[in-house]
Amino acid sequence: MALRALLSRKTLGLSQGVVQNQLRGLQTFSLPDLSYDYGALEPAISGEIMQLHHQKHHQTYITNYNKALEQLQDAVTKGDSASVVKLQSAIKFNGGGHINHSIFWNNLTPVREGGGETPKGSLGWAIDTHFGSLEALVQKINAEGAAVQGSGWVWLGLDKESKKLVVETTANQDPLVTKGANLVPLLGIDVWEHAYYLQYKNVRPDYLKNIWKVINWKYASGVFEKECP
Amino acid sequence: EIMQLHHQKHHQTYITNYNKALEQLQDAVTKGDSASVVKLQSAIKFNGGGHINHSIFWNNLAPVREGGGEPPKGSLGWAIDTHFGSLEALVQKITAEGAAVQGSGWVWLGLDKELKKLVVETTANQDPLVTKGANLVPLLGIDVWEHAYYLQYKNVRPE
Repeated sequence: MALRALLSRKTLGLSQGVVQNQLRGLQTFSLPDLSYDYGALEPAISGEIMQLHHQKHHQTYITNYNKALEQLQDAVTKGDSASVVKLQSAIKFNGGGHINHSIFWNNLTPVREGGGETPKGSLGWAIDTHFGSLEALVQKINAEGAAVQGSGWVWLGLDKESKKLVVETTANQDPLVTKGANLVPLLGIDVWEHAYYLQYKNVRPDYLKNIWKVINWKYASGVFEKECP
Repeated sequence: EIMQLHHQKHHQTYITNYNKALEQLQDAVTKGDSASVVKLQSAIKFNGGGHINHSIFWNNLAPVREGGGEPPKGSLGWAIDTHFGSLEALVQKITAEGAAVQGSGWVWLGLDKELKKLVVETTANQDPLVTKGANLVPLLGIDVWEHAYYLQYKNVRPE
């Protein structure tokens, strides 16, 4: 997912020769389409959840992210540092929500598209090396995901510097990179209650147990191979 | 459906895990195992806080026929008008702050027992109100975790 805000600088020369930089062309973000139907991940994740999660939750993060970026541009232009700093919370939360969910939709795929098929190639080998087996990794991710206090995410990440695989959790909509600048997300699982409650109620562990049936290891492998060719 | 799950599953789980953490804490204290004592604080804060908060919450709610929704009279009603202008203004403030909680948490009407001032505060996850100020007494807390409303209101927390 390309999430670059394109800011082009235009220099305006004013009457006294004072040069002022102005930020223009703020890119607005839009909801990415899923490459599968809402119901295609059943019975692991219900179509009702997928639709709400995509059309309501993710869309709201995007709407609020765009709004915050607009307000930020305005505040930067005005030199209003108090507002610039105040907006960082909304940008982190909503921008993070957009980033995380965009990854998440790619991490899932219907069974008939390969959902749940174990990772082959170099990622499969790396998992065995770092965790002993895929089962061990799944157990670790499930344990850490279940233990998240409140809202957050559980990740399989790659430290692109050490080339090591890691399991990490982040709170709320914090992206994986907040846990380490070198961390690249291969696979993220949303453990906010909205991700599972309508179907699994309070039993987050059941959601975690079942989601592996629709995990798109091909996508994770692709990201891994790009960083570790 | 929400009330039953919220009470029998969520609150019960906090209690079960709180009891377990306290047992482990007692054990660690007895053994002088400081690493474990410190490590257990997160589970105690989270689960103990969950028990505290939900216990208050059940008392904050009442059926309509038992007076649920009737505006506060007496000194609290007067204090609300003094500090917020009106009950409507207070409700609006609590609603706005509750809707704005990022992730899971609570929104509170509290009393600063030292200053005798009413305050609206939010706390994250299961942090009790006292984590926002040692003098704060919770009068009213509203759970804004998704489990508190999702089955009925879906993503629309403001509703």
